[in-house]
Amino acid sequence: MQPVNILGDKMEIAYYPGCTLKTNAKEFEETAIKVFEKLGIKLKEINKWYCCGTVYSLATDNLMYRLAAIRNLIRAKEEGYDKLVTLCSICYNTLKQTNLMAREDEDAMYKINSFMDEEPDYDGSVEVIHPLQILNEMMDEVKAKVKKPLNKKYAAYYGCLLLRPKEVAIDEYENPSVMERLIEALGGSAVNFPLKNECCGSYNVACNKEAVIDANYRIITNARKNGAEAIVTSCPLCHFNLKEIQKEVKKAYPDFVGLPVYYFTEIMAMAFGVKK
Amino acid sequence: MKMVRIYIMGKEYRVPEGLTIMKAMEYAGYRYIRGSGCRAGFCGACATVYRKEGEYKLHADLACQTTVEDGMYLVQLPFTPANKAIYDLEKIRVDDKTLVNFYPEIARCVSCNTCTKACPQELDVMDYIQASLRGDVAKAAELSFDCIQCGLCAMRCPAEIAHYHVAQLARRLYGKYIAPRAKHLEKRVKEIEEGRFDKDMKKMMKMSIEELRKLYNARDIEPEEEV
Repeated sequence: MQPVNILGDKMEIAYYPGCTLKTNAKEFEETAIKVFEKLGIKLKEINKWYCCGTVYSLATDNLMYRLAAIRNLIRAKEEGYDKLVTLCSICYNTLKQTNLMAREDEDAMYKINSFMDEEPDYDGSVEVIHPLQILNEMMDEVKAKVKKPLNKKYAAYYGCLLLRPKEVAIDEYENPSVMERLIEALGGSAVNFPLKNECCGSYNVACNKEAVIDANYRIITNARKNGAEAIVTSCPLCHFNLKEIQKEVKKAYPDFVGLPVYYFTEIMAMAFGVKK
Repeated sequence: MKMVRIYIMGKEYRVPEGLTIMKAMEYAGYRYIRGSGCRAGFCGACATVYRKEGEYKLHADLACQTTVEDGMYLVQLPFTPANKAIYDLEKIRVDDKTLVNFYPEIARCVSCNTCTKACPQELDVMDYIQASLRGDVAKAAELSFDCIQCGLCAMRCPAEIAHYHVAQLARRLYGKYIAPRAKHLEKRVKEIEEGRFDKDMKKMMKMSIEELRKLYNARDIEPEEEV
């Protein structure tokens, strides 16, 4: 197999799970580890890690919310890795944006490094990667591993956090295509889906559920109108907002017809014939 | 005798060097009514915070285990206000969310690590809170095993977490639902219930102190059984 550029010559990469992959999204982690193993890549969970902070705080004057992400990056570096992969879109976005700050904002890093005086100084040298960026370079290998082609129509849903802000986007931020190419490589067909980077309503699900119900209705209806038989995502919160509240959407919108929602690693596991 | 200067709640005293903070305060005339227990570093009653002259760091420790140094600024923390969750261990179940449901404030942890720095037992306090947050009860129980509940973590936490109560719930859940049962213990409890030792106990209760002492010194020590 050709080495993947983004990983250099290494076939093992430090893996940061995040809390949700150990609780509500266990199937995401299980399938990811298995399908990457099929592709010859070991996702090695770092020994110590902390909640990423669950969102990249936009309060630029409160550096406390950056500590957890920086600490995780230090742990990865300490264990000898220069790259860190994470599956959850929120963890990815938080770690990636914090790492950019570590590279660009000297004043902030002076404060953070002084505050964390029990840790070695951090300089932004760990690269944060999303697994879709690895797959983007491995579509031929993915195709070669398919045992049961998918034969269905899928809508690739990116949401916000894989694409915005554009500095951390894993793909073309206005019109990404990596998940569509993955779906096609797995033998499925990817439908045109204008709402693929629409926000799912995010944490509004906890305090303003109507907003999420509306977003769910628009997103799923749009996918369905374009012929999708299922939705594919990489974010546990998008997954929750699109999947778990469909009954409530049906109550608010009687014409609503739901769709199954999968993590991209779940459809890979199906196509690879990997048992859950 | 060489004397050192210490400041107790801001007032200067001279005390012999080599005393613990606890003994130094008693030497200076303070009497412990609360905030003192075993005097041996096990009970966690004598939480103390101090600064050293010319140093910005606030130290946290046990007054019975820390020796005074010249120029120390001292105060005792005999009690930590921290709310305890109410639960019936027989009725609750252990899953990913048990700890965060009883102590939702653990989700406020920003990984500042101040709790870890405050711990006189040198536990990885932040790590067990993080394990609790992701539902890893076994890990939280393991990492907090040596906690003596002094409360210093909770006093220092900017997220207002009551770490030691979370840890105690984790250990209780671990003991009740996760740890393998000790078969030899179950066997012994059954033997006790069936009255195997009743006769000997009755006999001993009639013995004099002298006889008991003799019996104790001559006792058999059982070898440890494989579990």
